[in-house]
Amino acid sequence: MSVMRRVSLIFRAKANKALDRMEDPRETLDYSYQRQLEMLTQVRRGVADVATSRKRIELQMNKVRQDQNRLEGQAKQALGASREDLAREALARKAALQSQLTDLENQYHSLQADEEKLVFASQRLQAKVEAFRTQKETIKATYTAAEAQSKIGEAVSGISEEMGDVGMAVQRAQDKTAQMQARAGAIDELMASGALDDVTGTPRDDIQAELDSMRGGQSIELELQRLKGEIGTGSAQAIEGGAPAADGAAQPAPAEQPQAGEGA
Amino acid sequence: MIVRILGEGQLQVDDSASAELNSLDAALETAVTAGDEPAFRTALLALLDRVRALGTPLPADALEPSDSILPRADADLDEVRSMLTDEGYIPG
Repeated sequence: MSVMRRVSLIFRAKANKALDRMEDPRETLDYSYQRQLEMLTQVRRGVADVATSRKRIELQMNKVRQDQNRLEGQAKQALGASREDLAREALARKAALQSQLTDLENQYHSLQADEEKLVFASQRLQAKVEAFRTQKETIKATYTAAEAQSKIGEAVSGISEEMGDVGMAVQRAQDKTAQMQARAGAIDELMASGALDDVTGTPRDDIQAELDSMRGGQSIELELQRLKGEIGTGSAQAIEGGAPAADGAAQPAPAEQPQAGEGA
Repeated sequence: MIVRILGEGQLQVDDSASAELNSLDAALETAVTAGDEPAFRTALLALLDRVRALGTPLPADALEPSDSILPRADADLDEVRSMLTDEGYIPG
């Protein structure tokens, strides 16, 4: 049998189960209405969860951009101090952050789309719940239990289909936000540990640095050229107007030379 | 007839479109049965596009049940397969 037909039959079976549950079909109306209100609450909670997740990712994106700016500032200062090795390292880290930023941006757009869909779904359900409430009161006032049967069947299966649809959307959004929260948590930890940013801080895994520089090698060369050009035209300005981390990077030599110093 | 696209809502589609939609639906079913992911995606998108092009959205407060229900555009093959077999998949 066709896909379209089979899916709709499964939805209808669900609705019929709800209808069979009550002895007086009019009770089904109240039962269904209760479920609708619960579902509305659930969708709204879903929207709020997705929005929270999206905002968290936005904050991380801002932090990564700040880090990139700071690393570029450090690279500039390192070049000003004729420490091309250090500038290269800073730019490698900046390049490594770029893939993270791209990943965050993708997540952000995906959550934004989910949020819009859920908002529409909740508006649609809201309109249907209101229509159902009106119809429910009319049916209760106008028909006897026996007469009401078919009217109720129609209204209940129409809205129970909507609830199935919305229910799936909410479930999907919740699964996805849970996954993203976990990833966001991992990135927060990485950022907090400082592993991603400070050139003058703790030394990073050498192999990883090597890999990163291979991946970002070409763009780093280009950026080095660009920065050299900038410094060539106004070096004094570039160094004095440096980034917040100016103190650490303006005298980069000590960070790289403790071993040599110890031996002497 | 009324067609629901999951995640998008219901559309009123003229009955004269049945034959065309049924043949697109048959292609979708073949792809699902064969487990052919690229064919499945192509068939699903083709069917959804036609329904969207031919249909008029039902008002938000309509309470009619749909005659046909279609998976959402980004549903994956396994999801659709489990939708067709496992009743427990659909909440409510």
